[in-house]
Amino acid sequence: MKRQITVDRSQLTDAFPTFVKEGFSGTTIFLIVFAFVLLLWSSASADNWAGVDESVVEKFAQEHGREAAEPLINTDQGDLLLFVFLLAGAVGGFAGGYYWRMLTEKGTGTCGSPAIKKE
Amino acid sequence: MKIMNYRYLILILSAVCCLLSAASDAHAMHISEGILPLNWAALWFVAALPFLAYGMRSLRETSKTDLSIKPLVGLMAAVVFVISCMPIPVPTAGTCSHPGGTAIPAILLGPSISILVAAVALLIQALFLAHGGLSTWGADIVSMGIVGSFTAYAVFRLLRMFNISLTISAFFAGLLSDWAIYLTTSVELAAGIRGDSPFLPLFSKIVIAFIPTQLPIGILEGVMTAGMVSLLVRRRADLLVKLGVIKPGHAGGAA
Repeated sequence: MKRQITVDRSQLTDAFPTFVKEGFSGTTIFLIVFAFVLLLWSSASADNWAGVDESVVEKFAQEHGREAAEPLINTDQGDLLLFVFLLAGAVGGFAGGYYWRMLTEKGTGTCGSPAIKKE
Repeated sequence: MKIMNYRYLILILSAVCCLLSAASDAHAMHISEGILPLNWAALWFVAALPFLAYGMRSLRETSKTDLSIKPLVGLMAAVVFVISCMPIPVPTAGTCSHPGGTAIPAILLGPSISILVAAVALLIQALFLAHGGLSTWGADIVSMGIVGSFTAYAVFRLLRMFNISLTISAFFAGLLSDWAIYLTTSVELAAGIRGDSPFLPLFSKIVIAFIPTQLPIGILEGVMTAGMVSLLVRRRADLLVKLGVIKPGHAGGAA
């Protein structure tokens, strides 16, 4: 006869991340699985994965005599674009997490409270 | 030991997004610099300006009376910025594209503030990420900000009027918002580049070219919108009641 093992999540120590203690939400699991499947698929495929800007917008524009101009600040040089995208992702992720914490955790200042009205 | 929380999860996901963008060619999916002739670029700028002014006024007035909206605006700005510069490979088409991301702030904060959030995200992307352009900023605000936000808001409100569940309403708001953004981009592009050619055949060709990529990306945007809205309803139902997204007495679930 099989023994059923149950885990009381509230007993988990601080060593466990909050999202492990609270349980992964369906959306989180979906996003992680989705990202990894796409990574594997895109690396195994022979497609060039051009953005629709190239495959649609710039293609049609070229057919009608319009060319994309160089951006004002051209970061599309070597690894520079990779750097700015990484920086943008990190800053965006940090800002998103910071405000999410303000919204959802109690006792993190005035903005965490449900309804703060100015006098 | 300080516990990890959702911040770190978001950071990890952002890193994955960056890896995805590195795997593909990290170019813009908005209308790039110089694609639209000056007169058309100026026209879209003029069309966008009143909406931007309206967005700024809405944000100022809401912030005057209620401070608790500010972290939500900050969260939405980060979400729109990251989502709208994240090239996602679409295996069925062999190309990359990105969701607009404006459906989430449009549902939660209303279309006017959503437009403002989108405009700021588009400006930063055009300036530093070679993603979109400064001359095409107005056109990109019209498609992603104005049309994306108003479509999402209208679809969500309409479905909620018929008592469709919150999750399904948010899903269709995200889906149709994404498709509306690319329909508008097709209009802007066809109108700007057609020269003496007739508008409708070129517009149809551009829409058809977008379909293999944007069809699945729209579904993904619907899933993301539904997930984000239901998550916020579970965690801060009180705030969403105050913003008029849900009615008082909502169970807090995604029903």
